[in-house]
Amino acid sequence: MTYRKQAPAIVDAVNFKLSLKPYQHFVLDNGVEVYAVDAGAEEVMLTEWVFFAGNTQEEQNLVAATTNFLLRNGTTKRTAFQINEHFEYYGAYLNRSCYNETATITLHCLTKHINELLPVVKELITESTMPSEELAIYQQNMKQRLKVSLKKSDFVAGRLIDAYLYGEKHPYGKYSSAEEFDALQRDQLLSFYNQYYLQGKLIMFVAGKLPAGIDKLMNRFFGDLPNKPVEVKHPALHPAIEKKVRITNDAAGVQGSIRIARPFPNRHHPDFLKVQVLNALFGGFFGSRLMSNIREDKGYTYGIHSYLQNHIQHSAWMVSTEAGKDVCEAAITEVYKEMKELREELVDEEELLLVRNYMMGSILGDLDGPFQIIARWKNIILNGLTELYFYDSINTIKTISAEELRSLAQKYLQPEDFYELVVV
Amino acid sequence: MIQFEKFTLANGLRVIVHQDLSTPMAVMNIMYDVGARDEDPNRTGFAHLFEHLMFGGSVNIPSYDEPLQMAGGENNAYTTNDLTNYYIQLPAENLETAFWLESDRMLSLAFGEKSLETQRKVVCEEFKEHYLTKPYGDVWHKMRELAYTKHPYRWMTIGKELSHIENAQLEDVKAFFFKHYRPVNAVLVVAGNVTVERVKTLAEKWFGDIPSGEAYKRNLPEEPVQTAERKLEIKANVPLDALYKCWHMPGRLDRRYYVIDLLTDILSGGGSSRLYQSLVKEKKLFSNIECHHFGSTDAGLVVVEGKLVKGVKIEEAEKAVEAELDKMKNELVSEAELQKVKNKTESMIAFEDMSVMNRANSLAYYEILGDAAWMNYELPKYATVTTEDILQESRAVFRKENCSTLYYLSEVN
Repeated sequence: MTYRKQAPAIVDAVNFKLSLKPYQHFVLDNGVEVYAVDAGAEEVMLTEWVFFAGNTQEEQNLVAATTNFLLRNGTTKRTAFQINEHFEYYGAYLNRSCYNETATITLHCLTKHINELLPVVKELITESTMPSEELAIYQQNMKQRLKVSLKKSDFVAGRLIDAYLYGEKHPYGKYSSAEEFDALQRDQLLSFYNQYYLQGKLIMFVAGKLPAGIDKLMNRFFGDLPNKPVEVKHPALHPAIEKKVRITNDAAGVQGSIRIARPFPNRHHPDFLKVQVLNALFGGFFGSRLMSNIREDKGYTYGIHSYLQNHIQHSAWMVSTEAGKDVCEAAITEVYKEMKELREELVDEEELLLVRNYMMGSILGDLDGPFQIIARWKNIILNGLTELYFYDSINTIKTISAEELRSLAQKYLQPEDFYELVVV
Repeated sequence: MIQFEKFTLANGLRVIVHQDLSTPMAVMNIMYDVGARDEDPNRTGFAHLFEHLMFGGSVNIPSYDEPLQMAGGENNAYTTNDLTNYYIQLPAENLETAFWLESDRMLSLAFGEKSLETQRKVVCEEFKEHYLTKPYGDVWHKMRELAYTKHPYRWMTIGKELSHIENAQLEDVKAFFFKHYRPVNAVLVVAGNVTVERVKTLAEKWFGDIPSGEAYKRNLPEEPVQTAERKLEIKANVPLDALYKCWHMPGRLDRRYYVIDLLTDILSGGGSSRLYQSLVKEKKLFSNIECHHFGSTDAGLVVVEGKLVKGVKIEEAEKAVEAELDKMKNELVSEAELQKVKNKTESMIAFEDMSVMNRANSLAYYEILGDAAWMNYELPKYATVTTEDILQESRAVFRKENCSTLYYLSEVN
């Protein structure tokens, strides 16, 4: 009979030597930097064009996101339908996303089709027309979608907490409205497009099973873009004064969306990596204090999480959950109890080892495959960091002490610093 | 081509090993041949509630999650109408921890009253979060009940109603476990940086002495052929009118499944698909529209669903949908259009197969369906589909008497 009470011996994940596979780097004729990771078994690849065309740069709300969206909706040579048909015929996925500082075009395709696809991506970057008809459909459909979203308490809570943290005018805090969709003009989009895409600054990332001569190939299509420098703006923060808010969005709602958050510095701050460990312990994974207490012990919620927001200039430390309407206040009380416990008690060695092993295992698992590796590099590069950030992060997970975690909790987990919002 | 080896333990547990030495990780995937379709109509939501209870400690191990996290592992699980799946990813050095944990909970659960009480609440919150508080959240409860009269697909995996979950008793939980969670009803896949030899040794050691259990003989009521169209109208506090239509289609093992899978891709799923181009872009009747199918093991449903542009009459929008379907029934699609969706399928499979976790999951799925090797024969099956097949299936599926229609109307209008 197998003896089942005793766990098999394990290798502690803290003993693993983790490394981040280096990228290849090349520069196109116009100075565009390309970061490449050639790896993987499947014949697939990912190409990403990153422009400094995020909503930080826009003069009027929604201009950056709309310009980014409409990139795929018409060029001087093709209609939206023809563009889509081209990518879809080759089984490729062409996506675009707008963030705060940057906006991207992302292409996933079978490596064998890359030559047919790049010329059309080039066309989107240099010959987009942003047709009025497409803009009108977009405005109408986005307003309808917004209407549905505004019925959801989690959507409303997510918008408001960001506005409290950063200010309603700040790129990280502003949100959309039907009036602002209506106010969009084609001319504004074309001018934004001209400045931030056609003339704008570009960085590229490629990963997967790459074809031979990838550098020449990219240079052929993208080496002649103007690639002018772009000054990323740093708007001032205007956080809200009022810290505790309760909102009824739907009187018949059965759940409340709870957000508890405080401002936090960005990745360059010496506490950032250390607080990642404290966050894991607090609410960062399934075995965390918040999850064990509020889901697994009390059953107030399907899930509760805490995390540091993924922004470049400023961050925030956020606790987020949806809980039964009648247990929202009880859940909030428990969140503060867990903060107090972290401020007052040292975490014991076994729990700390658990967090370390979990975090290391999670990074190891996450480095699986070329797309994940390039995503790590992209994060490092766009945040103005180096690979030292990766190795410091590993080192912090391995070595941070219980005393350090307690003093970080005393510094950052103070209830009076937190905004607290419930939307039912 | 995904390589694997398969063997069966004396107790009937099927074990599949898929080696990939390019990753430092190992994946363990256990699929049980039980889903919401196997539930008692008066105790729905049980398979899914049960999935939660699987994390409440087993007979020899009080906590499932902690030792796994200590070994640097992560795990999750999901329940569908057809099956229940549990998966772990962890550093390959610690593979035995996964064997220890999974075999103990297959041996027997702890069946704690406290765990049941908490998870009942957690699942009720999940029910509220996904199906009660979201606008249109109850639509599939209604639609399934309209389209199915006998087959247990008429309820969702979360359950028909909250009370079924609230009333779950420990005795029901035990009975369910010993009926379905036995080696003979499960498939174990181990993938990643592992060797067949080691997996054989560990499987014998940890799973070999678990009593086999009785093979579950599934005997579900077949859904009678629908002979007249069905309609339902709902008024609710939602901002926009929405149209939902569905038609019965054959099950997963029928060759026609592959034709219908491609057919739905022609109608929807990309910016150049027919419904989107015609109804969103040209006619501007819908703000979004999609066509998909359930992908279920037993006979499933093809669905068209969309939200209407404000001011459009739902009857007018429905007519326009039918006009597009009539085109599918009356004219052959072009070879290029068919090739487009075949290329899309090829590329989708390539992207899915990038991750070891997905490969392990697929191997288990096809083994439960009949044979893990089928995973490698999917593309050739799609390749044989012709434009004539698409025409025939459009005619067979999109018939009025095969259709259920739901108008989900905004009461603020």
